[in-house]
Parts: sequence; structure tokens; C-alpha cells
Amino acid sequence: MEWEVVIGLEVHVQLATQSKIFSGASTAFGADPNTQACAVDLAMPGTLPVPNEEAFRFAVMFGLAMNAEIGKRSVFERKNYFYPDLPKGYQTTQLEQPIVGEGQIEIHLEDGSSKTVRLHHAHLEEDAGKSLHEDFHGMSGIDLNRAGTPLIEIVSEPDMRSAAEAVAYLKKIHSIVTYLGISDGDMSQGSLRCDANVSVRLKGEEELGTRTEIKNLNSFRFIEKAIKVEAQRQIDLIEDGGRVVQETRLYDADKNETRSMRSKEVANDYRYFPCPDLLPVVLSDEYIEQVRGDLPELPDAKCARFEKEYGLSAYDADQLTQERLTANYFEQVAAKSGEAKLAANWVMGEVAALLNREEKSIEQSPVNAEHLAGLIARIKDGTISSKIAKQVFEAMANGDGDADAVIEAKGLKQVSDTGAIEKLVDDVIAASSAQVENYRNADPDKRPKMMGFFVGQIMKASKGQANPQMINKILKEKLDALL
Amino acid sequence: MHQLTIAEIIRGLRDKQFSSVELTSHYLERIQQLDSQFNSFITVTSEQALKEAATADARLAQGDAPALCGVPVAHKDIFCTNGVRTSCGSKMLDNFVPPYDATVIHNFQQAGAISLGKTNMDEFAMGSSNETSYYGAVKNPWDVERIPGGSSGGSAAAVAALLAPGATATDTGGSIRQPAAMTGTTGLKPTYGRVSRWGMIAFASSLDQGGPITRTAEDAALMLSIMASPDAKDSTCLDRPVQDYTAQLNDAIAGLKIGVPSEYFGEGLDSEVGARVQDALKEYEKLGAELVEISLPHSKLAVPAYYVIAPAEASANLSRFDGVRYGYRCENPADLRDLYMRSRGEGFGEEVKRRILVGSYALSAGYYDAYYNKAQQVRRLIKQDFVDAFDKVDVIMGPTAPNPAFKLGEKNADPVAMYLEDIYTIATNLAGLPGMSIPCGFAHGLPVGLQIIGNYLDEARMLNVAHQFQQASDWHQQTAPAAE
Repeated sequence: MEWEVVIGLEVHVQLATQSKIFSGASTAFGADPNTQACAVDLAMPGTLPVPNEEAFRFAVMFGLAMNAEIGKRSVFERKNYFYPDLPKGYQTTQLEQPIVGEGQIEIHLEDGSSKTVRLHHAHLEEDAGKSLHEDFHGMSGIDLNRAGTPLIEIVSEPDMRSAAEAVAYLKKIHSIVTYLGISDGDMSQGSLRCDANVSVRLKGEEELGTRTEIKNLNSFRFIEKAIKVEAQRQIDLIEDGGRVVQETRLYDADKNETRSMRSKEVANDYRYFPCPDLLPVVLSDEYIEQVRGDLPELPDAKCARFEKEYGLSAYDADQLTQERLTANYFEQVAAKSGEAKLAANWVMGEVAALLNREEKSIEQSPVNAEHLAGLIARIKDGTISSKIAKQVFEAMANGDGDADAVIEAKGLKQVSDTGAIEKLVDDVIAASSAQVENYRNADPDKRPKMMGFFVGQIMKASKGQANPQMINKILKEKLDALL
Repeated sequence: MHQLTIAEIIRGLRDKQFSSVELTSHYLERIQQLDSQFNSFITVTSEQALKEAATADARLAQGDAPALCGVPVAHKDIFCTNGVRTSCGSKMLDNFVPPYDATVIHNFQQAGAISLGKTNMDEFAMGSSNETSYYGAVKNPWDVERIPGGSSGGSAAAVAALLAPGATATDTGGSIRQPAAMTGTTGLKPTYGRVSRWGMIAFASSLDQGGPITRTAEDAALMLSIMASPDAKDSTCLDRPVQDYTAQLNDAIAGLKIGVPSEYFGEGLDSEVGARVQDALKEYEKLGAELVEISLPHSKLAVPAYYVIAPAEASANLSRFDGVRYGYRCENPADLRDLYMRSRGEGFGEEVKRRILVGSYALSAGYYDAYYNKAQQVRRLIKQDFVDAFDKVDVIMGPTAPNPAFKLGEKNADPVAMYLEDIYTIATNLAGLPGMSIPCGFAHGLPVGLQIIGNYLDEARMLNVAHQFQQASDWHQQTAPAAE
């Protein structure tokens, strides 16, 4: 039997507004507990919510980027439930009339194929606070700094058919919200969180299987692993004659398994009703068009432009445009060095490896765009070879200054002087009589391969600084002269 | 001095007939001597009042006196007062001292008014008799065996007993007008959104509205001019400039068209109360007004619709009282569930719990359409009734309440009988319209209120109409015997 996995995602994105969605308190992360919670956030009696216009603008930007309908009249509702980190006893959210309606985006998969994922809707809501269960001697601590932080909850249709597609979709959402500048997208701080609805069915089946919801996945890796393990669990269950129960499950990364949350609370009745403290928000066409006019270039458009403007492959262009700051970095390097292809290789190669190694983001890169462009310029003008360039790059990463300073200080300038190279070639030929003899006796078509030995020796003698093209040329002339 | 109206106090202070400290001391002494009979105050802020009065006197001396400079008023204990316990009549908030002022309180401070203290009220403004207060029932100064009406019973009783020349109050279904009717005072509920709800503890957000209780329409106009303001802190507050509500008081009302809804004079109306209201209407005819019979066909549905919508909103508004951050918390909770159940079970009174249950039920899955949605549809029909009526008339009049003040405990066993107290007042809250109650005589020896309903933001005309009646009658000048 061949099974098909069906996945829909609910993604929560914290919006990078200065203040909260219904109060003037700051949204900055990492402050001491309860220092960024005002009377409104604490739900003190008599306090009232006042909507933050910026949160609406951000949500509209997102909707436009998702090619979605914009809700010209959106209504906040109260979702009622008791929890200590939910100060009002209800969450202010949207249900019937969300700010963003149906839409769709294209996702790019590693095999180079693309796929369209439909957006069901996205709505604005407030985040809850945090319960802290450690260090309180049998009690829980409550930190309400996060309470009232604006979120958009992005609900997809069940259009994804593999964990890889789900990750690609999530990466696309991440890319869009960071391009728009409406979220920092930092998953480690909870700025982007994801619940996955997973079901399985036999391939070709029309009807959807019973789904489970995996809660609070907060890294791309965990999402992929959690979906895979949950889909397999469901398949095993059905193949063993069991039935999937609709429930909420948690992913345990240590054991790489999902497990049921207590189903006692499944029968929650949230008693939604329109929030009488907030009027419906009505957006004019002019407002929406103004927001559209102010949208930055989005990943798909940038990717297409990179292919056209810089002559990059579709794969390279896609890689470089996934993150806005990476794309910016690349464009600076390409512009300053005048070598787009080399710039692309370096950004995706050495720079990516360096950042990965040092666990840094592109804006924290130890080698800035200007320094990398300087390095590429020196490769281009023959001052250094690509091999030496890697050495220079490492030195720049260690803070030894720009490329020219490193080349100067370490004497890494490429030797392109004909006399000097001829001498190196002569010395190596003189010291390698056995190899020269072999070369002379070899079939002519095997000789080019045999040159590698001599080139290696000459490079070594020059400490890697001899111009490789010149070595090849002079060496061949000299060896051929011996035939 | 306690016989003076606010208008007279303002003149007296400016003419140096007395100082604010003298006046404030006088009221504080009266409260101390007399209020044990009425229980109209929960908290008296003597020290703060005298300090504010001294400041007011200094400003008056300098000629730098804002509108209500040195005038003592009392505030319903639903308005948050920075540094002063704000209980909302509940054990739940017996220990709650807000770190902020309600916009209404702020407005009075800016106007130089003195706060005598916080008045008693039904718990969370839920009640029509002021018997649900954690601080005990308020007694009607006209007969201390009787209720003063509710939920603003403390404010109404304090004004009727001449313990304050005016008091703030709130009205969700009649809580300003019905106690005004019961105590022979003048009460005004403004258009929804005219007075900010910031810092006013919510009962039913889409219906709650603050307003004044005073002895005259002129005083109500003076207080409303201070209470009303646009407010960026309340999204539902109207962003419209505030009128000078005293400007039109003396306009003649000849030619005024008064709508008299037949539905307000049917079964359930005490005949003596009905007769007093008819007398008042005749008085208006004498003043040159024209009576026009109108119909508000959906009136009968107002009470049922209200008792779905108001509890539904209340059930969510009162969820924040959970024993976690402030207010009452039960002793030694065993776990989270126990903390919630006992804090709320012990902190709320019976009527509050009843309404939370009714509201939660109305919103629950499977019942939402039958109750909440249906009630909202009814609400639109009721509003449309008024819109149609105001095409034909300038104001609408009828009784404020179906009967005069009843005996303490008389309706406690029957919640529905209690809810019917607001049968004539609730519709204006559902429609968001302004309404007033002014004294128009006595039935069974007790005050009767005439209700005046105005069109949206037409408070100035409503006050003009009330003032003209008070110029031609002296019902509002009668004082309760216990106030002497």
C-alpha cells in the first residue's frame, strides 16, 4: 500500500511592532519579568484595549505579499478560557471576519520543482504571557511581558504532501515576513511558531484521513522530524488495524516521538463572540493601495531579477534570495566587485560556511560585504589565486583587516613574473628526473594528466603564490621542449 | 448650605459667600452624621477632600478657577480612583486600590471638583435595588425601609439625602434613571460613547455608560459638560466635540413634539405612577409641546434581549477576576483549579454568579445562534423602532420605572420581577440613546420619575426639555424627610 501524507500548517508570527497590539507597552524581548506589562496587559479593572495601527498595516502587508484578499472589515472576537498567563480570561482574536482572506504562494523544493500552497486565511490576535514552572517552590511564576504582543496566525489549506514541503512552505513564510520587515522571524525566541495538522490516506483516495495536531514546533528541523514520525505513527497504527484519533499531540525531540496531550480538555468551548470594547476595523481601498505601493521587493521578484540581472542559475538565485539580508549582502558584493558569479559562489560557499561554523547571522558576518568585494577584486585582477583567496578570507574573518592589508602583511601576492616562474619550473624539472623520464615515455594523451605532479611541486615551492595559469603555460613549453 | 444646587454653589464660591473648605467640611460632617441610616458611601475620603478644597480655595482666590472649582461631588465606586480603594461593590475588589484614574475622575479633577468619596452600588452594577452590594443594601432617604433603586443606589441616595450636591453614576440597563426615579433626583444616561469608559469597571461593555445624578437638570448639564469627552483610551468613545450643555437650557419648548409610546403605559404599570406621568405630559402641553402617540413595537423584547447580551458580555468581562493578579484570592489553594473555583466562588455574590452562568450559557456552542445572535437581531429591531420614531418626534416620554420604590427584600426571591424594574429603561441602552429621569410627583407617598429619551447626541435638547419642566414645577425641590 502506498500512503500519502497530508499536512496543513498554522503558523504564528510575532509582529515587530514597537508596542503591543492593544496597549502602549514595549514588545522588546528579554526584559525582566513583568517590566513590560502595563495596566491593560495586566487586565486591571476598567482598562480598555486600543488597537495599534501598525499591527494592521503589517497584517495588510503580509496579506498582499501572499496574494490574498484583504478583509476590508475585520472584527475582533473574544476567545474565552481560563489560564494564569491569559490575564483577561479571554484572548482577543479574529474568527469570522479576519484581516487576511484566501491567498496562495509558490514554494520551491530542493529538487528544483515548485508547488502552490493555498492560504485559508490569516488573522490578527494577541499573544499570551508565559508561565514559569521552575524555581517557585511548588508554585508557578507568571511573566506577562509577552501578553498582548501582536501575532498573525497564518492558516494554510492542507496542501502539503511531505515534511519537506511543509518545511519549504514555512521557510517561504519566514522569508516573506522577514523581507517585509514585519517580524524578526527568530524561531529560537518564539517569534515564529508552528502547529502542524497531519493526516495520512492511501494514495489516490479523495477523502482526508483523521488528523492530529502537533503543537508548538519551533525549529525547521523539529518540524520535519515531527511530521515524519507522526505520519509513520499513523500509518503503522492503521496498518495494524487501529484508528487515528483526532487529538493534540506534543513532539518530544529527545525521544523523536509524538505523544498525546491530555484529551480531557479537548471539549473546550471557547464561547467566541465579538469583542464589544473594539469597533470593527474598516480599511479603505486607498489605504490598501498605499500599503501595496510601499511594499518592498519580495523574494520571488528578487529571485527572478537575480537570474536576469546577474545571470545566476535559478538555484543560485533562489538560495541567495531566501533571506533578505543575504540577498542585500550579495548585491553589495556583486556591485562593488563587479563579479556577480564569483560573488554568488563566495556568499553561498565560504561566507555560508563561516556563518554556520560561528553560528552567526549574515548581519553579524565577520567579513563584511566591502571586504569580500575587495577580495574578489584581487582574484579578478590576478593579484591572488582562488586558493590563496581562501587564506585571505580566513584572515579577514579573524579581523586582520581588508584583503589588500592581509595580502600585503602576509606577502601573499601572486607571482606572475615570467622570469621567477621559469626559474621555479626549471628547478622542479631538474629535481624530478625520474618523473620527466616517465613523461617523455608516456602516451601523448596521458601527458596532460601527468603534469599535475609538476604543478603541485612548483606551487609548493612558491608557497602557493605562483600564478597557476602561467605555471601551466611555461611548464608545458619546457616539458614539450624536452621531448 | 446642603440645600444648594451645583449652579448655586459655583456662584456662591465665586462670590465668596463661603469657601470650598467650609462647604466640603459641611458635607463630610453630614455624611458622618447621617449616612449610617442610608449606607450610601462605601469609602469617604475626608482628608483628600479637604486638601483638594484648600487647593480649590487658593485657585478661586487667584481667579484661576476651572468650571467646577471647589464643588464637592461623590463618585460611584465603579470608577477607578488612583490610590483610593475601588470595590465595585464586591468582595472580589474589597482590597483593590487602582494605580490610575478613570477618565471621568480625571475630568472632574481637571475641572477642580472635590471628591467626597465613593458611593455604594449593586455588585458589579448588577441589580435594580442596591441590595447585591457586598457592603450592604442602601436605604432610600424617602423611606429607609425601601430600596433606593440600583445599581447606582448609593449615588442616588447620597444626592437625595443631600450628602452631596451631585454624584457620578453608570447606566447599563437603567442604573442611573431607575434610582433617580426612586429617590426623586435627576439622572442622565448619555448617548453611548459620549462619556469615556476608561477606568469604569465593565459590566456589559456595549451598554455601559457613565452619567450624573443631581437635583436639577441644570446641574446635570453642568456635570455632563465635565464628564463627556473624547478619549483615545476608549475605542468606543465618540470622537466628537463636547457641547456646552447649559447653553440651550432656557430655550422655549413651544412646538416640541413629544412621542408617547403606547407600549410604555400598558400592563404592569402602577396606576398612580401612570397618572403622575400623564400629569407631567399635560404640563408639557401647557408649555406648548405637542403630544404624539407613537409605537415602539419591539419594546416587549427589550428585557429578554438585554438579559442575553448583558450577561454574555459580563461573563467575559468578569473572567479577569481570577485571584491571580489582584483582588480576592481564596486561602491556601490546593491547585490552579481550586484557586479559580474558590476565589471566584467566594469572591462573587449570588446575582453576579447567576449572570455569569446565564451569559456563559448563551454563548456556548449550540446555543449561540438561538440566544446571542437572536438577541443581537432583536437589538437592531429595537434600535430601528427608535430611529423611525425620531423621524416624527423630538423626544420620547414615559415612566422611568413601573412602580415607586419597593420594600427591601421584596423582590429578592424573584429575579425576573427584579429584572422587570428596568422594562422602560433597557431599550435605550440597547439602542445607545440618551435618556433622563426627572421627578414628576409622588405615588403612594414616594417619588415618581418621568423618563425623557432623546435622539443620538441630542443631550442638550433633552436637558432643555427637562429644565423647562423644572422651571414650571417644584417636584425636584422636594426633599426627603430623612435629609433634614
